[in-house]
Amino acid sequence: MSPSSADLLRQVKSEIQEVDPSEVKELLQEGVAIIDVRETEELASGVLPGAKHVPRSYLETRIEGIVPDRSAHVILYCASGNRSAYGARTLEQDLGYEHVESMTGGIALWKDRGYEIDVPRTLSPEQRDRYSRHLLIPEIGNEGQQKLLDAKVLLLGAGGLGSPTALYLAAAGVGTLGIVDDDVVDLSNLQRQVIHSTQRIGIPKVDSAEEAIHGLNPDVKVVKYPVRLDASNIMEIIEGYDVIVDGVDNFPTRYLLNDATVRLQIPVVSASILGFDGQLSVFKPYEGPCYRCLFREPPPAELAPSCGANGVLGVLPGTMGLLQATEVVKLILGIGDPAIGRLLLYDALAATLTEVKVHRDPDCPICSRPPDEISDEEMGVFPDYEAFCAAAG
Amino acid sequence: MAKIKIPPVLRPSVGGEREVSASGENVGEILRDLADSHPATAEQLFSADGELNRYVNVYLNDEDVRVLDGLDTAVGDSDTVVILPAMAGG
Repeated sequence: MSPSSADLLRQVKSEIQEVDPSEVKELLQEGVAIIDVRETEELASGVLPGAKHVPRSYLETRIEGIVPDRSAHVILYCASGNRSAYGARTLEQDLGYEHVESMTGGIALWKDRGYEIDVPRTLSPEQRDRYSRHLLIPEIGNEGQQKLLDAKVLLLGAGGLGSPTALYLAAAGVGTLGIVDDDVVDLSNLQRQVIHSTQRIGIPKVDSAEEAIHGLNPDVKVVKYPVRLDASNIMEIIEGYDVIVDGVDNFPTRYLLNDATVRLQIPVVSASILGFDGQLSVFKPYEGPCYRCLFREPPPAELAPSCGANGVLGVLPGTMGLLQATEVVKLILGIGDPAIGRLLLYDALAATLTEVKVHRDPDCPICSRPPDEISDEEMGVFPDYEAFCAAAG
Repeated sequence: MAKIKIPPVLRPSVGGEREVSASGENVGEILRDLADSHPATAEQLFSADGELNRYVNVYLNDEDVRVLDGLDTAVGDSDTVVILPAMAGG
């Protein structure tokens, strides 16, 4: 005769270890992996502090992403201690976890005892659907998606690099995107600046970009700065942003940006493009080198084709801009190895991505000193570049 | 003969090549050999006093020669010298 549900539960509980909430409370600070196996909808009423969420139905497929070590101490809980019992048996008997326990009475008993709970911020059903492919990745999940939604990223330029970066960061759910650009959409931009459109030729790029971003993801707040970044406005504009994406097309602004971001200790994901070649690096003040450590001085005008109109393969800013977007997301989530202290070199014709090391310069005029010693007068200072550019026509 | 990777801005000075070979025992000799073969590169690489211009970065494989022995850094036949000026296009 087949066992009843109650028989099965008794059988399962006899095969696993159970642990009382009072013991779990003592273990909270001990680095034990606490897994909430309830469904997403059940979390709004509160979870154990520090618990990770893996719904029972995904336990077998996702647990390795959360707890890779089979010998780790794992405690499962659910609402009342039944689903977690089945989960514990599966982890132990089918997946070989050596030290698994199920919390007696579930979170209901935990709450009855008056123990502390965290009430997690939850995504709306529409957001859970929109970001479902992020939620499936253990490195992102609900917590990571909340970080993205909370993040403020400033894009310098809604041009070649800024276009793909803005689109993908918006799609990823980065909550606030600031855009600095004083230009209007021109027909010659559309070979590569995919955030704009033929219908929007002649309108300010910040407005055009905002329209595209909101079309893609209305969750995103767009802050528009239809100005040219200069020494008089940079500190006011960039303060408060978590990450800055540098896609500007000239050296004076790149140096100015570097000096201001070192002063405010804001990381910059920097890329540049020319012809078929792209460069990318992440400058995280005081953790790695800054832009001046890499390039102490800008080249003279004849070696700096950014002064005038230059050719670029239309696809290239897409490639480099998306590498930038990837680095931005990694910085926000705190995952992976950002390209700090490394300069990536992409050669589109050769189809190669190589890298060279970038070191902090102990004599760097900017980042060798504490941030509060960098004065307004020093920011963006270097040989008279505007004159070079003017001379080069 | 070591390989030298030529950045976009210097390619017109070497007949459009993206990579050239040059001979020498160290980075300085290799770059001098390049400048002798392609004189248009000389003033872009070196200042009037013969030092490497500060706006040009030179790497031996993946390492900045400034943290090695500068222009005296020894170069083997299988090494690649990368010349890298800053770019600002966006």
